[in-house]
Amino acid sequence: MKKLLSLLLVLSLFAACAACKPGKNDGGKDSAETETSASVPETSVNVPEAAMSYAEYVAAELDSQVVVETYVQAKQSWWDNKATFYTQNEDGAIFIYNMPCTEEDYAKLTPGTKIKVKGYKSAWAGEVEIIDAVYDILEGHFIAQPLDVTALLGTDELEAHQNQFVSFKGLTVVASTYTDNDVQKTAPFLYNWNGSGSHDANSDLYFNVSDGENTYTFTVESYLCDKNSEVYAAVEALDIGDVIDMEGFLYWYNGVNPHITKVTPATIE
Amino acid sequence: MKIARLRTYRRAFAILLAITASLTAFAACHGKSNRTQSAVPETFDESKNYSITFWAKSDTNKTQTEIYEKAVKDFETLYPNVKVTLRIFTDYGRIYNDVITNISTDTTPNVCITYPDHIATYLTGNNVVVPLDDYISNEKYGLGGSSVKFDSPAKSEVMEKFLDECVLDGKYYGVPFMRSTEACYINKTYVEKLGYELPEKLTWDFVWEVSEAAMQKGDDGNYLVNGQNVLIPFMYKSTDNMMIQMLRQKNIGYSDADGNVLIFNDDTMSLLFDLANHCKTKCFSTFKIDSYPGNYFNAGQCIFAVDSTAGATWIGTKANHMDISADQVVDFETVVYPIPQFDVDEPKMISQGPSLCIFNKSDPQVVLASWLFCQFLLTNEVQMAYAETEGYVPVTKKAQESPLYVDYLARSGEDAEHYQVKIDATKLLLDNVDNTFITPVFNGSASLRDAAGQLIENVVKSVRRKETVDEAYMKKLYSDVRSLYRLDQKTAISGNDQGQVGNGDKTLPAGSIALLITLAVAWLGIATYFIITFIKNKKHAK
Repeated sequence: MKKLLSLLLVLSLFAACAACKPGKNDGGKDSAETETSASVPETSVNVPEAAMSYAEYVAAELDSQVVVETYVQAKQSWWDNKATFYTQNEDGAIFIYNMPCTEEDYAKLTPGTKIKVKGYKSAWAGEVEIIDAVYDILEGHFIAQPLDVTALLGTDELEAHQNQFVSFKGLTVVASTYTDNDVQKTAPFLYNWNGSGSHDANSDLYFNVSDGENTYTFTVESYLCDKNSEVYAAVEALDIGDVIDMEGFLYWYNGVNPHITKVTPATIE
Repeated sequence: MKIARLRTYRRAFAILLAITASLTAFAACHGKSNRTQSAVPETFDESKNYSITFWAKSDTNKTQTEIYEKAVKDFETLYPNVKVTLRIFTDYGRIYNDVITNISTDTTPNVCITYPDHIATYLTGNNVVVPLDDYISNEKYGLGGSSVKFDSPAKSEVMEKFLDECVLDGKYYGVPFMRSTEACYINKTYVEKLGYELPEKLTWDFVWEVSEAAMQKGDDGNYLVNGQNVLIPFMYKSTDNMMIQMLRQKNIGYSDADGNVLIFNDDTMSLLFDLANHCKTKCFSTFKIDSYPGNYFNAGQCIFAVDSTAGATWIGTKANHMDISADQVVDFETVVYPIPQFDVDEPKMISQGPSLCIFNKSDPQVVLASWLFCQFLLTNEVQMAYAETEGYVPVTKKAQESPLYVDYLARSGEDAEHYQVKIDATKLLLDNVDNTFITPVFNGSASLRDAAGQLIENVVKSVRRKETVDEAYMKKLYSDVRSLYRLDQKTAISGNDQGQVGNGDKTLPAGSIALLITLAVAWLGIATYFIITFIKNKKHAK
């Protein structure tokens, strides 16, 4: 009898597990949304088209199909089988937004990895990028060295280097302003653009730097460099008046808005 | 210096969709709570201390956070035995995500800002969310109750239409907190420059006609109307809402009272073909494709921008918040209209905005404390303060009719606090409450909403990419979107066009039936075993 009871209880456990598993057509309320997450999309394919040169890519019209060979320089995020990359080849940089990518491939796409990407050239708030893309991983390796664009700040020429790995030398941290309970305050950096975020929330960091003539807003993008990164800590330690060197990717959002990956005290030359 | 909301929100938007879609998977097993719904206590025991948590949303609006903090402080002053811990989330999707996770560990918050779509999912757990009917009507602690220590609105003073939006499965599972709708923000200066006069009531035909007329370029390659090389005359922030409202205005099926998906029909296809025709001139775009309509609008690069009334402080030449640098802002006159209509005699626009729900706890006194705090958020002070941060509308007539609020509306344009575009957007909803609607709520309705927007996004992109948009294209689009959002697997679920939710199919899943039968057999066996043992022991004793 005891054995029979044990068996029944074990059976009930299995039944419980089965009942908890979202069924496909069991009429339960969850059947519709449980599997709504976009199915794993086609990602890595053989792209037969010949890759265009960087100059051809730059010349291509928005919304046209483009094929490029480029190298991953940094990864911003992966979510729901989509990933965003900062890439660059010997001639220029290409931002690849929300490219269908398995988590397994995302792990393989380390900085330097060569990829062939086919997608559509697009622009979002001035940021030129490739969207709705597929890719192949190729043989090859390239890591871009930072291009010093300090002298190009404030010039039209800067946009030609959009998304490139760049450096800025000898810029001075100037105050960022925010409002706290209707009181205007200043700080060397802000969590979120208006100071509404926090370290714990892993908010993006915003700070202003000046070249003596103009002031620019730079960002530590928390998906690229999170609150545990060196650059995040370095920016949190900044004081107004600090003179610093920086490296990062020349991102664009209605104007230049670099995503900074490294901050160090300015070197005196 | 440039102030920016930045791409973070585009990123958050994409992740929000993914969270909404994928985390519902946990709903199947999240029914940790087996509590029964307890009755409203006779008396609130103020001799004991209670701790409750309140999960709220504020992205980067610090004033909204400060209003929540003040509400907590003021409530604790009235009820010193209740400690309220406020947790601020940056978006609704994350609240939803964490609630789902915490249901399984029985650590839900006490009070939570939410949407009916989300409550529908929470309700798949057993007694997870507190039905509020008895609380609302309780003589002592209900809305306007005799023992409530603050000036609480009576039930009759809460906007009936908004309160009804919180009815799920025939019961109030929430109360409204704020309401908004969508507005069409118009650059009147440019409309008139193009030789048009704004009509009293805006139609889709008018918007398309002016938008297409605006695409003329001069010899320098710039658009004649703004003298710039960028112009997207008509932009829509939420294409989900765009499709849903067009369908409702045309009485085309979207979903029915049982939660069945009706959107993939010939009439919808006809709307999409019309849209495709207009897109050929590139006179239309969306947030997902080109970024915030308000930014283009403020730069004089957009003439008709449709966005939430709750985003009004970002729109217009003198907007409170600016996402582009000052040198990019163009001076013009902004006017606020209801969204375009197909039939101006029967305008229809969506009702949206956050609600509040309470999660069940074992101690009825804690639930009552949660209800009292929830009710406190409906007081005039909280309602008016929060509504005034954006183009929100207070959900109580008590607040709407208060002299302070009437004065606030009357001072439109006086200063930044009374920013005209914001107050015009607020008035738009106040004047059109009877013309608002919501879509049926059921577990899966969020996916259908996403799919509705996806149809528009895909068509716009395809036209821009010079793809052939014909019937074969549309059939494939329907198939792809159905598949992407798993809408082909949807079963009749729930809901009616009052937004009420229920389990349309009341039969239990096969797995659940098997579980119940097995458990019943096991308990029967245990009982039989003990009876036999008892009889045997009795015989031995004899």
